[in-house]
Amino acid sequence: MSERIGYKVYVDVAAEFTSGGILRPMWLIWEDGTRYEIDRVKKIERCASRRAGGTGIMYTCLVGGREIHLFYEENYRWFVEAR
Amino acid sequence: MDSMERSILHSDMNAFYASVEMLHHPEFDGRPLAVGGDPAARHGIVLTANYPAKRCGVKTGMALWQARQACPDLIFVPPRMDLYLRFSHLAHEIYMEYTDLVEPFGIDESWLDVTACASAAGDAPSIAEDISRRMKRELGLTVSIGVSWNKIFAKFGSDYRKPDAITVITRDNYRDIVWRAPASDLLMVGRATAKKLWTLGFHSIGDLALADPHILQAHLGKMGLILWTFANGEDETPVMPDGYSSPVKSIGNSTTSPRDLTDEDDVRAVIFLLSESVAARLKEHHFAGSLIGICVRDDGLAWFSRQHRIPIPTNISDEIAHRAMELFRASYTWDRPVRSIGVRVGMLQADSYCYQTDLFVDERLREKQFRMDVAMESIRRRFGHDALFRGRVYADRLLAGLEVHGDAEDRRGSSEDSRSFFADTAGTAGSVFTGSGGSGGPGTVWPGSGGVGTATDPAVAGAVHPHGYFEHGVRVFGGK
Repeated sequence: MSERIGYKVYVDVAAEFTSGGILRPMWLIWEDGTRYEIDRVKKIERCASRRAGGTGIMYTCLVGGREIHLFYEENYRWFVEAR
Repeated sequence: MDSMERSILHSDMNAFYASVEMLHHPEFDGRPLAVGGDPAARHGIVLTANYPAKRCGVKTGMALWQARQACPDLIFVPPRMDLYLRFSHLAHEIYMEYTDLVEPFGIDESWLDVTACASAAGDAPSIAEDISRRMKRELGLTVSIGVSWNKIFAKFGSDYRKPDAITVITRDNYRDIVWRAPASDLLMVGRATAKKLWTLGFHSIGDLALADPHILQAHLGKMGLILWTFANGEDETPVMPDGYSSPVKSIGNSTTSPRDLTDEDDVRAVIFLLSESVAARLKEHHFAGSLIGICVRDDGLAWFSRQHRIPIPTNISDEIAHRAMELFRASYTWDRPVRSIGVRVGMLQADSYCYQTDLFVDERLREKQFRMDVAMESIRRRFGHDALFRGRVYADRLLAGLEVHGDAEDRRGSSEDSRSFFADTAGTAGSVFTGSGGSGGPGTVWPGSGGVGTATDPAVAGAVHPHGYFEHGVRVFGGK
């Protein structure tokens, strides 16, 4: 179930661990119930989100040709920085 | 410059609690915010304020109502220590990428010795810039960093300009920067020491540095020499490696009571409650201490602390409480009601240490009191804290239900507020807590009497078993 706090939208995420130990998100369910496949992870870096509020590992992902920031927060939840 | 010269950073996360909250509340951007306790429970003081709030005059330690008076738009958020600890840990991880010599000073500050990695990762100032940039990007927090060849000047540098700044103190500029600052800006110079230094005519750190160290020693004792070394940049204390924790120097408890304490009976009840908790924790860690201290805050939030050395180290609640009461009586004039009290035992030593008995002290009575404590603690461990009260505490249920807060761990300096709590004594009494020596020799006995009254002790178990015998408030160990 998703949960929105301002620009911070906690979402359900399916992720996989690669054999190299990298955590990689595969798809997420947006607050309207739509499931979005993550086509590509462009960048993985530790980063704070001033817009949504919080910090964690930021995944810069391509979803349907558009870029989103998906965060794995330090509280072990995933959130998307809403636009 | 000496090739062996150390490169030390001191990194200070600006307005730490408030900054973490601001990061998690983007909707409050630009507005004054303070992190503080629950006003209804009267644990109402400002722990940290953000910069907009500071500009309005909100200060750490202010009561919530005072803060609101200074800044009517102030937003209050309750503290979330677990969150701050996680951020403190994340910052620590960043520091650890540069060196394993990272010594935390409270939850929001750390020293880093980057001498060994300075050539590989650039010089010390560029490492400081790198850390500052990463903290901003990865944690969303700003830091101010001091860079110098010793810990004291590095710390001074991080305090010199805030927020989000780097100050480099070199052998070429320290006279211009450090020496011109007031003596109170030096680490370990608290309010009391600063006042003393001022009356002696030492106003700036430069005055201290150029003083005759013997004169400082004559007035301030050992601390005088230490401060002289600090002021001259000659402190050689190493940055302790990661994982090192200094030994506990004192154990104390403090509380803000749910109602103001208006007479000595009230204060006695609270002091007994605190002393019981302190005594229990001393025993838990197998300590006994020979320095009893209290700190008292009145409803006007003026506060003071007093301490007293006792000849025989103790971990007996009765002794601690009576000494604390004596200190209180000797120093409080009851101009105002009391809001909060703390009791602390310092100069700790192992409870198995020998000590010199006193001709006039009844050791059998002490032994009894000790056993009574152990029995009481055992009952509380098994049936909860409320299972048993002294009569004088039970007389006021509101006070009996009081939460007491421990600070054994804080005395190593692990939280923002605990540091300020004892800040005033740091200068004058800080060194007192490092001593521990106990006197052996003839006529010694062993305190602690290992094995007395564990939970399986038949005496204790028997006393508990008769159902309902130890009901709430039965005057089991009735007050004297």
